[in-house]
Amino acid sequence: MGLALLAVIWLITFVSTYFFIWHPWWLPAGASAAAAGIDHQFVNTYVIMGVVFVLAQCSLGYFVWKYRDRGSAPPAEYSHGNTTMEVVWTVLTAILFVGMNLMGSKIWAAERFEPAGASAIPVEVTGMQFAWYFRYAGPDGKFGLTNPTLMDPSSGSEAAIGLDTNDPASKDDVVTGTMMLPVNRQVDLTLRAVDVIHSFFVPSMRFKQDAVPGLAIHMHFTPTQVGDYEIACAELCGLGHYKMHGMLKVVSQEDFDKWLAAREAEKQ
Amino acid sequence: MATSEVVHAHVAPQGFIRKYIFSLDHKVIGLQYFFLALTAVWVGMILSLFMRIHLIWPDANLPLIGHIQPEAYLSLLTMHGTIMVFFVLTTAPQGGFGNYFLPIQIGAPDMAFPVLNMLSFWTTFVAFVIMLASFFVAGGAPLHGWTGYPPLSALQSAGPGEGLGADLWITSIAIFCAASLMGALNFITTTLDLRAKGMTMMRMPLTVWSWFITAILGLLAFGVLLSAGILLLMDRNLGTSFFLPVVVVNGQMTAHKGGSPLLWQHLFWFFGHPEVYIAILPGMGVASQVLSTFSRKPIFGYRAMVYAMLAIGFLGFMVWGHHMFMSGMSPYSAFAFSLLTMAIGVPSAIKTFNWLGTLYKGRVRFYSPMLFAIGFVSLFVSGGLSGPFLAQPTLDIPLHDTYFVVGHFHLIMGVAAIFGIFAATYYWFPKMFGRMMNEGMGKIHFWLTFIGTYAIFMPMHYLGMAGHPRRYSQLTELAYLHPLIPVQKFMTYAAFITIGAQLIFVFNLFWSMFKGAKASDNPWDATTLEWTTATPPPHDNFGGHTPVVHNGPYEYGVPGAARDFVMQTDPAIGASH
Repeated sequence: MGLALLAVIWLITFVSTYFFIWHPWWLPAGASAAAAGIDHQFVNTYVIMGVVFVLAQCSLGYFVWKYRDRGSAPPAEYSHGNTTMEVVWTVLTAILFVGMNLMGSKIWAAERFEPAGASAIPVEVTGMQFAWYFRYAGPDGKFGLTNPTLMDPSSGSEAAIGLDTNDPASKDDVVTGTMMLPVNRQVDLTLRAVDVIHSFFVPSMRFKQDAVPGLAIHMHFTPTQVGDYEIACAELCGLGHYKMHGMLKVVSQEDFDKWLAAREAEKQ
Repeated sequence: MATSEVVHAHVAPQGFIRKYIFSLDHKVIGLQYFFLALTAVWVGMILSLFMRIHLIWPDANLPLIGHIQPEAYLSLLTMHGTIMVFFVLTTAPQGGFGNYFLPIQIGAPDMAFPVLNMLSFWTTFVAFVIMLASFFVAGGAPLHGWTGYPPLSALQSAGPGEGLGADLWITSIAIFCAASLMGALNFITTTLDLRAKGMTMMRMPLTVWSWFITAILGLLAFGVLLSAGILLLMDRNLGTSFFLPVVVVNGQMTAHKGGSPLLWQHLFWFFGHPEVYIAILPGMGVASQVLSTFSRKPIFGYRAMVYAMLAIGFLGFMVWGHHMFMSGMSPYSAFAFSLLTMAIGVPSAIKTFNWLGTLYKGRVRFYSPMLFAIGFVSLFVSGGLSGPFLAQPTLDIPLHDTYFVVGHFHLIMGVAAIFGIFAATYYWFPKMFGRMMNEGMGKIHFWLTFIGTYAIFMPMHYLGMAGHPRRYSQLTELAYLHPLIPVQKFMTYAAFITIGAQLIFVFNLFWSMFKGAKASDNPWDATTLEWTTATPPPHDNFGGHTPVVHNGPYEYGVPGAARDFVMQTDPAIGASH
């Protein structure tokens, strides 16, 4: 029985570790400025936790086999513990865990403490059951007013978020169901939700943030590679949660400007 | 300290109803909790099986429930989580085994407040009935998840199940909270006031410590959830706006304004995180008790184990914000919550080291309770080590609300805690029913469950890393989820096998009650007080006398002793203990 436990615990450990090392399933390829730092911290944590995992499971398997009750075995050692060892491993784990925390905190600060830069392009993201809408401020650089009483989700564009057309600043606002962004330019996001909580999750951008009714949450990220990236909702928002997805298209600045101009023209 | 004299509060009842239904005897109440949890765990498990079937065969027609709609999937998910967390993981280890064995292990004839104890069970029972009732009302059970975040949980119009079903769900939880508060008061008072002569705090078995600390956590946490639940009911039915700002649902503006959805999250997780420890601490106590007994060695670092549990309980109240790193809460507070969460890893690591230290140079006997205790340690390590990922806000950016989290909490709070319950069942069954459980069936149950649960929950971490969001009823909409479907299939097959293995457990349980080999008073050669009394224990636990304690709880392999164990009531083995 001891040998069987040793074998099974070691087997589970090595199979799990094998899949973590071979990683057929892994973080999707990063395509934003923050991805490298986050991934680096992830891999560090992963290696440290992996080593602890293998050591702990292997010792567990080894001990139950090695110290199994055998007729000829010496009696169990009569010991109530060892204070020196307790202190040593307490201090070691404390250093390890606090150290890991401090290593990661710089990235968090860069992502969340600093506001977006002055040259960032403002985009407002609005979540509602079960779609994402994206608003661009247009040439005036200002978002017009919205009014909850004007919301018409069936329209699929400006009226969906209740844009108040009487406000001059709203005249050139463009609302779309697909997110377009110029590559290598920071985006200054304003996240809103109109009905329940949603969460704006773009795995390839290493970006996630809840959109909460009643709050306008400011965030930023910088896409670094041209391409199409799926947007998911990561917060349970109702029966259509699984199909509340969108698409982020990262294009060159030139293509972006063309696209926005075309949308403006369409609107006039 | 133990008070001078303890008088048993009530005489043994004779009628069936007073003896088995509205019983004041903590042992009967413990069994009632145990069987309630056993019923609940089957409900919860079947719900999870329906979910797993729907995920990989969305068009399947199932017996009883037919074709599962996406909203029904969310109801299954909500009810699975709620029933498992409240009516299994909180009910079985604390209400069940805690009720049965805490008084006996400290040498008391009953709980301090037997009537309150009875009331606490029957209140829990009512809560369970109301919870199940939500399946059968118009609209069905709620779809807002066990965390019940408003506005989704606060508005009828937000989805099917958010009508009467959601009201029943909240009411059930509020009643459950009240029941748990009664239980917590009883456990704390009993531990502090009813200990036998010589049973100092530092001679209490670690199981008693774990139930005692769990009760303190319950006393502080359930009151908060109870209040939050009442506020949510008011938002839903009385037009208040505690959790509701201006919201527009389906193009209709509601009459609410000025409230904060984040307030609910703070209140919920102020309860919710300690709840994790309410589920797992008794498992830690049982694992310690069983590992020491079957290693024939004193527990390694008894005091360190006690201090570690106290530290976990204390820190457990200061880490709730780590559930909210992506919620819109201040990013500065994330820094503090992260540091405190990492700190909780330290006492958890101490416990793991000490369990390994207990096995080291022991004489390990492989009976079913021991197998599950060893499994507990393995799962505690596996589930625990994904914690430091999620404790870092930076890594929550890719991992929060993905399957990585689902894998993490299922391994540690679900499966590890369940392994604690299994260890406790196999360990104490002889004392409770006077017969041994069948070892052969116990071992088969262990192997299938141990391998099966790893096969279900380990792959969830890979899915989470790949960005698979949780609570998705179908995997066809997002293109990047398609390659992950084979992994989901594998998990569903593993779930079938693992749930099948639980039939062996239930069969063994009931078969052994009637046909098992007769158990002696101390079949495991163990040391704590429950093994000094008759099997099953008489109504007043010790047959008219009160035990006097001379030794610590885990005196195994004492050099020079006649046997390889010295019971707590044996003559004192030396001043140093």
